[in-house]
Amino acid sequence: MTLLAPDNKLLFKGPDWDFDLIRRVHDACGEIAINEMGLDPYPNQIEVITTEQMLDAYASTGMPLFYRHWSFGKEFARNEALYRKGYQGLAYEIVINSNPCLVYIMEENSAMMQTLVIAHAGYGHSHFFKNNYVFKQWTDADGILDYLEFARGLIAKYEDRYGQEEVERVLDAAHALQSHGIHRFPRKRMADLRSEQRREEERRRHGEQLFNDLWRTVPQGKRKPNADEDARRKALLGLPEENLLYFLEKTAPRLAPWQREILRMVRMINQYFYPQRQTKVMNEGCATFVHHRVMNRLHEKGQIDDGAFLEFLHSHTSVVMQPDFDDRRYSGINPYALGFAMCCDIERICTQPTDEDREWMPDIAGNGDAYGTLRSIWANFRDESFVSQYLSPACIRDFGLFNVHDDEQEEDMNVAAIHDERGYRKIRRALSKRYDVAYSDPDIQIVDVDLAGDRKLILSHRVLDGMTLEDSDTDKVLQHVADLWGYDVKLVEADDAGTVRAEHTASPRRPFM
Amino acid sequence: MNIIDRRLNPGGKSFANRQRFLRRARAQVRKAVREASSSRSIKDAGKGGEISIPSGGVHEPHLRRSSQGGVRDYVLPGNKKYVEGDSIARPQQGGGQGSQASDSGEGEDEFRFALSDEEYLDLYLEDLELPDLAKRQIAGATSVLWRQAGYSVSGPPSRLSVPRTLRHSMSRRIALKRPKADEINALREEIEKLEREGGQYEALVQKRKELEHIIQRSKRIPYIDPVDVRYRRLESNPKPIAKAVMFCLMDVSGSMNEHMKDLAKRFYSLLYLFLNRRYEHVDVVFIRHTHEASEVDEQTFFYSRETGGTVVSTALFKMAEIVRNRYPVDQWNIYAAQASDGDNTSSDNAVVLAQLRDVILPICQYYAYVEVGMDDEDDHPGAGEPSTNLWRAYRRVSVDAPFAMRKVKHRRDIYPVFRELFARRPEGVAADGA
Repeated sequence: MTLLAPDNKLLFKGPDWDFDLIRRVHDACGEIAINEMGLDPYPNQIEVITTEQMLDAYASTGMPLFYRHWSFGKEFARNEALYRKGYQGLAYEIVINSNPCLVYIMEENSAMMQTLVIAHAGYGHSHFFKNNYVFKQWTDADGILDYLEFARGLIAKYEDRYGQEEVERVLDAAHALQSHGIHRFPRKRMADLRSEQRREEERRRHGEQLFNDLWRTVPQGKRKPNADEDARRKALLGLPEENLLYFLEKTAPRLAPWQREILRMVRMINQYFYPQRQTKVMNEGCATFVHHRVMNRLHEKGQIDDGAFLEFLHSHTSVVMQPDFDDRRYSGINPYALGFAMCCDIERICTQPTDEDREWMPDIAGNGDAYGTLRSIWANFRDESFVSQYLSPACIRDFGLFNVHDDEQEEDMNVAAIHDERGYRKIRRALSKRYDVAYSDPDIQIVDVDLAGDRKLILSHRVLDGMTLEDSDTDKVLQHVADLWGYDVKLVEADDAGTVRAEHTASPRRPFM
Repeated sequence: MNIIDRRLNPGGKSFANRQRFLRRARAQVRKAVREASSSRSIKDAGKGGEISIPSGGVHEPHLRRSSQGGVRDYVLPGNKKYVEGDSIARPQQGGGQGSQASDSGEGEDEFRFALSDEEYLDLYLEDLELPDLAKRQIAGATSVLWRQAGYSVSGPPSRLSVPRTLRHSMSRRIALKRPKADEINALREEIEKLEREGGQYEALVQKRKELEHIIQRSKRIPYIDPVDVRYRRLESNPKPIAKAVMFCLMDVSGSMNEHMKDLAKRFYSLLYLFLNRRYEHVDVVFIRHTHEASEVDEQTFFYSRETGGTVVSTALFKMAEIVRNRYPVDQWNIYAAQASDGDNTSSDNAVVLAQLRDVILPICQYYAYVEVGMDDEDDHPGAGEPSTNLWRAYRRVSVDAPFAMRKVKHRRDIYPVFRELFARRPEGVAADGA
């Protein structure tokens, strides 16, 4: 081992690392990320893991612990087969939105890679998790690990008590519905007794003030009974309800308490992941921008040598590579590439704006405070709004984005917009829509229950742009809904004009009880 | 900041989930294993490996839009030649239609993954319920095993025993009173001291003589002498090694159809698996016969067709000949499994019986005859004995011979044959082969 000379500021030399080095690297990255860029991340907990453990983590959606279910075993078997045959590499890190922020790093990584990973996950993602509004609003970073621990224990307990197979049935059904087990808006809270009382008093007072005996003498028409019976019933049941799992948990007539508990648990865990789906581009963009800046600064300050820097550039460029649409490797827009390009572009607009930028983004162009602007953007936007606000014409040109319009009714698809004067806004709008989860998830709601008749549950899918549901999957999911509900279920797909596009029905096979 | 080293945490966190997955997909995995095993060679029958199952059974449905139809807007990167208003032909079957269809990766028709040897074998043997045969010893042929036995004065350098050599060296040095290094040093120091102090000339000369003497003595008596050297000695011990040859005899005349061959193959595979667990080395010899017998490779054995009459005795003669030439009876455990549909030229039956009784059975550890039949034939348990002419001939083989015969119509019938094969073990038989 060579001792570094005192004036040598290099953090490391060569690919080997040890725990002391990780500590030094972490502090050096922090120096740049916190003091220069003004980031505000959670404290980090860095955990070193092996390939095997990384595969385990893959199988449980990246979380360090999860309840048991066969689908995770399937995921594990799939990833293992792909990895062992060399079709798929493994991630260099996994980061978990918790406080402290858990960063898993692989033991195979070189010292440079560990630096990159710490800057990327430990500062970039961690800052984003802590400051972005969707995460603040929807996730509880302090409690998630405890909740998962609880969930694991809960499932294990129920398996002991009711048998693996029974628990699996409920979990299968809950998993099938998990994309529709999310509260997208904070829901109205039930008023507590005291405020209810206060309201009642106010209402009475108001009535007394307005009392006029004359009204009694005005002749009244015959009141229609049950005029708004429908509305009343729906209001009682809280319909329409788009959170299918929530509705079933609260109102399915034949579920046992423990089954409701499982639905609730799946719903809660899924709610935790919801923000991640909304901020993929921004989250990765933020982390990539941070690691890029940190590595560059480390190199400028002489803390990493040219060799390590070249190694960094190699892996960085392969991460932010965007294959063209006609490339064999193309599989959608790379969130790393788009996010990173947009963040760099915003920095450019803040510091060296062109006339075009001044016209398109007058509020930030040339304000000179790139980091401050980025921080506020990272805090207050999600993918959809981020793209629709900050995708600049320059960025559209760099990517060569174009918009293809595909209408079933027409013979060919046609190019609706390209990266030119007339097309920028259209492309921006179309791309922003792609990132809107409220648009990309089909809008399915529970609209009615036939309480007087056979208790049939009626769901509706609001068909947008003529896109109906995938048939075989929908029938299977509906079967799960019917099993949970215990009676027949019907799903009507209708568009806004009221035309029914498709109908699915299901009857319970063996109701839960 | 904390750094935690998780590398030493117990692995296999996904094991329980994997078990659940296998249980869930059991029916399909079992089927896939069956299919995989029939396309494998007998020697690979017990190995794990990649299998693929239809993804339908382990599919996790979600509410999602279909990937086609409706009005869609795609935004794609990398425009090179298109301008606004261009028409593009719709790609076939939506393959290239952006990321919406591929985001979950659920579109696959097949789910591929790898099974370990153990998982594979479990599934493969699942419905056969192999009995616990662990306690059985099958006496094998003898061979030489070199075992350490004491020490010798000669041998190759690699077998030098250092502790033993030094022990001898030490006792010799003590016996011959070789001066120790300490003694010499002490004497030297004493001399130096005398030299420094001066005077006492007599004593100094005395001491110097003494020193010279003991240095000479220590040179004459070497630290290690060739007589000290010892080598670890090896002794040859006869040791039973497990070596077996398995003869697969099969009638390949036209009356044997695919189903029958499949049953036969399963039986052979099982026998091979079983033998392989007990012997270090198992040879497999395939002999097929019509009216004449020949030794062939596995592929030919199962898959090529041959026409002709049926003369079973030819296979037995062939087997005896191969044993004579290649598998000395005193070194090999010989197993034979014969599969046939029971047809034989009637004039041949007596020859078969004689050959079996007098030549084959005395040299065999075990001889199993499996009569394969069609699945759809009626089974009359106990009542109607199957009565093909080969069966009738074989029934005359004496009861204490290492011989089993069974009629197999279905895969599930194979196990009882196995039980019979290994449950009964007359004392004299094993010794016979050894």
